[in-house]
Amino acid sequence: MAAAAHENKIEICDLTMAYGSFVVMRNINAKIKRAEIFIIMGGSGCGKSTLLRQMIGLKAPAQGDIVYDGEAFWKSGEDERRKRLRTFGVLFQGGALWSSMTLAENISLPLGEYTDLGAADIRDIARLKLALVGLKGFEDYYPAEISGGMCKRAGLARALALDPEVLFFDEPSAGLDPISSRSLDELILQLRDSLGATFVVVTHELASIFTIGDNSVFLDPNTRTMRAQGNPRELLKNSTDPYVREFLTRGESALTSAPPPTPA
Amino acid sequence: MIPEPSSARLTVRRSENGLLLVEMAGDWIAHAGLPDVDVVEKELAASGVVKAMGFEATGLERWNSGLITFILKCHALCEQHHLEFQAQTLPASVAKLIQLAQAAPEKKDAARSVAPAPFLQRVGESGLASWAGATAMLTFMGENVLAFLKLVQGRAQFRGADMLLVMQECGPQALGIVALINFLIGLILAFVGATELTRFGASIYTADLVAVATVREMGCLMTGIILCGRTGAAFAAQLGTMKVNQEIEAFQTFGINPVEFLVLPRMLALIVMVPLLCVFADLISILGGFLVSTMMLNITPALYIHRTLEAITLTSFLLGIFKGGYFGVVVALTGCLRGMQCGTNAAAVGLATTSAVVTGITVIIASDGLFAVICNALNF
Repeated sequence: MAAAAHENKIEICDLTMAYGSFVVMRNINAKIKRAEIFIIMGGSGCGKSTLLRQMIGLKAPAQGDIVYDGEAFWKSGEDERRKRLRTFGVLFQGGALWSSMTLAENISLPLGEYTDLGAADIRDIARLKLALVGLKGFEDYYPAEISGGMCKRAGLARALALDPEVLFFDEPSAGLDPISSRSLDELILQLRDSLGATFVVVTHELASIFTIGDNSVFLDPNTRTMRAQGNPRELLKNSTDPYVREFLTRGESALTSAPPPTPA
Repeated sequence: MIPEPSSARLTVRRSENGLLLVEMAGDWIAHAGLPDVDVVEKELAASGVVKAMGFEATGLERWNSGLITFILKCHALCEQHHLEFQAQTLPASVAKLIQLAQAAPEKKDAARSVAPAPFLQRVGESGLASWAGATAMLTFMGENVLAFLKLVQGRAQFRGADMLLVMQECGPQALGIVALINFLIGLILAFVGATELTRFGASIYTADLVAVATVREMGCLMTGIILCGRTGAAFAAQLGTMKVNQEIEAFQTFGINPVEFLVLPRMLALIVMVPLLCVFADLISILGGFLVSTMMLNITPALYIHRTLEAITLTSFLLGIFKGGYFGVVVALTGCLRGMQCGTNAAAVGLATTSAVVTGITVIIASDGLFAVICNALNF
């Protein structure tokens, strides 16, 4: 939709993440192209979510920066950063819907704050977003009245509210049954194809990683830096790093060099 | 970052073979409103026989959800007027989104009716709700009594450490606020008493007034209200959040009775601490009256203390202490009850806390009134 001024939508440059003096990860570099689905993977507690939090402006990096469309994110001013945030959509792990508002109100809130649309138009757009995630007719439900999977979908609808250029997902398939998880993956692919948005997904669901990932970064908590990057399917085929292979094959690589699962 | 959008242009014209052509051009960025679908509807009504609706999007530049909602409305019009909806000429990504939006069928029974219920129905419902509320409160009190009986038999499942922690939280840590409020109450009582009693030349009885009012009523009443706002609200919020996080259900699955484990230590802590706080409150309040009287009314300290000791009877002192313990039970019951009844979201925790404080203060003051009447009848 927006003119492609820079080839890379997002560049992570020499990022070091730390809590106080405790360094979680250092020297992370990655280039994410427009309309790509970028996977952040790695074992539990390796800093995947921390990386995501730095990309969406919740936590400042210790060193380095993230560059969106050629513009530095953290080194720019507060106002610039806030403006940039409006082009993001974030799906939190549990959906993080505002529990005192109905689903329609959850989606309408950012629309009401940041657009000049009338109430009727906002209502229409909220209906559309819910329809896109398969929740047509649930406008007046409160988050407590629907299931966890539906909350996640509704969270996605809210993330889509402002027609974001970049969508961030924190563990989208956590807590979903395999079928819902699969249909969420398909939804992500369909949204990428139709919206042309760039996706950043934190996950360790192998099925998801191979189905949707175009590009990825693999974080290793032991060396505290990234260990591999690139298309996850290629990584599985070509990586010589035993740790990466073990992760991508659920620890079965040592036994057989099985052919990669064919993505749908 | 993004250049200002040009305006969205819409033209609707009739083409051959009864085809209504909707032409869209420019930027369809829904941020400040978009062309209304009314234009299409008007053209549809004005023109004669229309069989199909087609789209012309060659002039379309940038677009977002606004375009999709517009086309979906056009689709709804087509269904309404039984027209053929020709989506072939739409850009591929637009067509895909339209398809996605229509993929899942609308859940018909999901949509809510928002019509208000008739008056009588609402009266009936609120009556039933009050009855259910009263039953829940009685049940909860019953559960507490059972838990207490188990405690007496030494079979209650609860940890003494929890009780000590709650005691620390609601006792020593509340000393500051209890001291401040009761000191000021003592000052106020002394001022009110002094101005009125001096007119009869009876300013010496200010000491009696402060002593009796404090020991019988104000000391325990103010302490009860402070604890209700401080500790009762904390209980409701804590248990409510535990409910939201399913922690209470986790206790139940281990066969641990949440009333024994969570409510009992809080109840015992308050039963022990509130009477102690009441004694403290009485002393501080009398100190407030003492300062006003000795510094402004020319009553000697010795005389004031003498009058105070004369005025306080053992009965009224014990009455105050007993009421303090009773208020402790009220605060623990209302706080814990509202917490356990809490719904499962953030808003419900707020409601539970509010309700705990409102119920607690109401019950405290109402029963204090009742106590006053009973004591009067019994000549205490």
